[in-house]
Amino acid sequence: MRFVARRLAFFLVTLWAAVTTNFLIPRLMPGNPAIAMMARYRGRINPAALHSLEIAFGVDNHQSLVSAYFSYLGNILRGRFGTSLTFFPDAVSHEVLQALPWTLALVGVTTILAFVLGTLIGLLGAWRRGGFLDSMLPPIFVITSAFPYFWLALISIWLFAIKLHWLPANGGYSIQTNEAWTWAFISDALRHSIMPALTILITSIGGWILTMRNNTISVLSEDYVRMARAKGLSPWRIMWTYAGRNAILPNLTGFAMSLGFVVSGAILVEFVFNYPGVGWMFLQAVENQDYALMQALFLMIIIAVLTAILVADAATALLDPRTRDQQ
Amino acid sequence: MTAITATMRPARTRLGLGALRRIAGNRKALVGMLLLLFFVVLAAFPGQLAPDDPNAEIFRPALGVSSHHWFGTTAYGQDVLSQLIWGARQSLLIAFAVGGLETALAVLIGVSAAYLGGIADGLLSLLTDVLLVIPIFPLVIVLTAYERNAGFATLVIVLGALGWSYGARQLRSQTLSMRNREFLQSARVRGERRLYVIVFEILPTMTSLIVASFLGGALYAVLTAAGLQFVGLGDPNSLSWGTMLYWAENNEALGANMVLWAVMPGVCVALLGAAFALLNYAFDEVSNPALRKPRRVKRG
Repeated sequence: MRFVARRLAFFLVTLWAAVTTNFLIPRLMPGNPAIAMMARYRGRINPAALHSLEIAFGVDNHQSLVSAYFSYLGNILRGRFGTSLTFFPDAVSHEVLQALPWTLALVGVTTILAFVLGTLIGLLGAWRRGGFLDSMLPPIFVITSAFPYFWLALISIWLFAIKLHWLPANGGYSIQTNEAWTWAFISDALRHSIMPALTILITSIGGWILTMRNNTISVLSEDYVRMARAKGLSPWRIMWTYAGRNAILPNLTGFAMSLGFVVSGAILVEFVFNYPGVGWMFLQAVENQDYALMQALFLMIIIAVLTAILVADAATALLDPRTRDQQ
Repeated sequence: MTAITATMRPARTRLGLGALRRIAGNRKALVGMLLLLFFVVLAAFPGQLAPDDPNAEIFRPALGVSSHHWFGTTAYGQDVLSQLIWGARQSLLIAFAVGGLETALAVLIGVSAAYLGGIADGLLSLLTDVLLVIPIFPLVIVLTAYERNAGFATLVIVLGALGWSYGARQLRSQTLSMRNREFLQSARVRGERRLYVIVFEILPTMTSLIVASFLGGALYAVLTAAGLQFVGLGDPNSLSWGTMLYWAENNEALGANMVLWAVMPGVCVALLGAAFALLNYAFDEVSNPALRKPRRVKRG
């Protein structure tokens, strides 16, 4: 339990650091670009909303830095992230909730797929050391992990959408179909997600393969594996229940973190495909200098990552007694 | 975005002559070295190698492949090959600068955390852990969004200042594991100064971790810088592969029959990235004995 309590404290410290970073960045930047943005807001939104934005970006000269900081913290705690300029006059939270399902479906499913497939391939590769799988795949994936994945997205659009006309070039769904839970809409959305999903899968699976392979190799030299072999257990059983289960433990935290990162979307892939998710919205906010939306999204990403890590820590403490003793 | 695994690799060994020989004999390392060398030559002598002025808009736009223009021309009538050759310089400079800055910070913070211990260690470790879990790419985007058209210096400082945490954590645990080794105790008995012990006794044993941190940082810098420039957060007038991709995308190069304008900068980024990734993988194989290929016994 002490372990989980420590991690909970870490959660709060990191969250505080992120919120404070959000507060400080516009104030530390030379010339404070937020002032330019505020000029555009004036007269377009009501005075109360303007005031909270002024606090958020340090334009309000009546307040000292310290009291501005506490007003800012108060606004965040009450969930007041301000008004988005890009999607005026909607509140930031409303817009984010619209983009979130798209990202969760696309990036969430591909992240889980990449982890499961990568772990399996890594385990099999290490088990048959020097075999076909092991000598072919790691070098290939070392190279694909160095690919700029947004560029891979560009090339696949050119090949499969422009040249071959197999798949739609961009967007999350066709404009003709209505956004509703009908088969036509779902299959249309699925068709739109094939290319972005494959791009993410190809560039992210390599990391899982390599770490799982290396973990398994070091686990295979452990005494309990030798013991299992000596007992004459079937290789199948040794691979799954002795080697695999232990080798996967160090990767759990990494997997949880990448699940947390799902919320940030695959920013560049969503940008290239004009996919209506969080990552695309994030870059939209940047382009329109919509700092309120940007800050809210950044905070949401941090909270998602931190929650995922907390869950992973709790899971690791449950699954691996060694972590409990350590602390 | 690469997943950061918050786990430690097994301790690495000191890189000696034998290790250097193994690296030279490693095929992955050889390919990586040759690729890197190729780009270093391009970056060093672009004026001699590039056929034309990369910025001059003097040719007919959107020309196809020919003996004059190996990769065609841009929508503005610039020679794509010349732009590629000149672009190598910025990518390499960013890679080396960010890799160097990151590694320096990782060594400084990781080793001193382990060596100082106590409250200093607690604070430095907390800082490391916080930075380790904060999603870097969104943060980099936020920072470069305030600083419009981030130039070379901004990119290097932002990427370097945010990327050191993983290396620092590894170096800290490696230093901790060595604190009570005999050769350090004997140095202490000899009455050596702290700085001497750190620089001449501890750091040499961690060469391979430091190299890995540098190569990883360089790879991440090349990819992230190209991504930022591609979405328009870099300096649109700079000569770099990411900026080329930005202009190619803005002019719909792929749909408008200027395919190579959009393809080649990405190929260059991928090849330079592959060079760093292959070298890193080779170093990992050489310095971590568990991962070395099992020796095959030759028969007959």
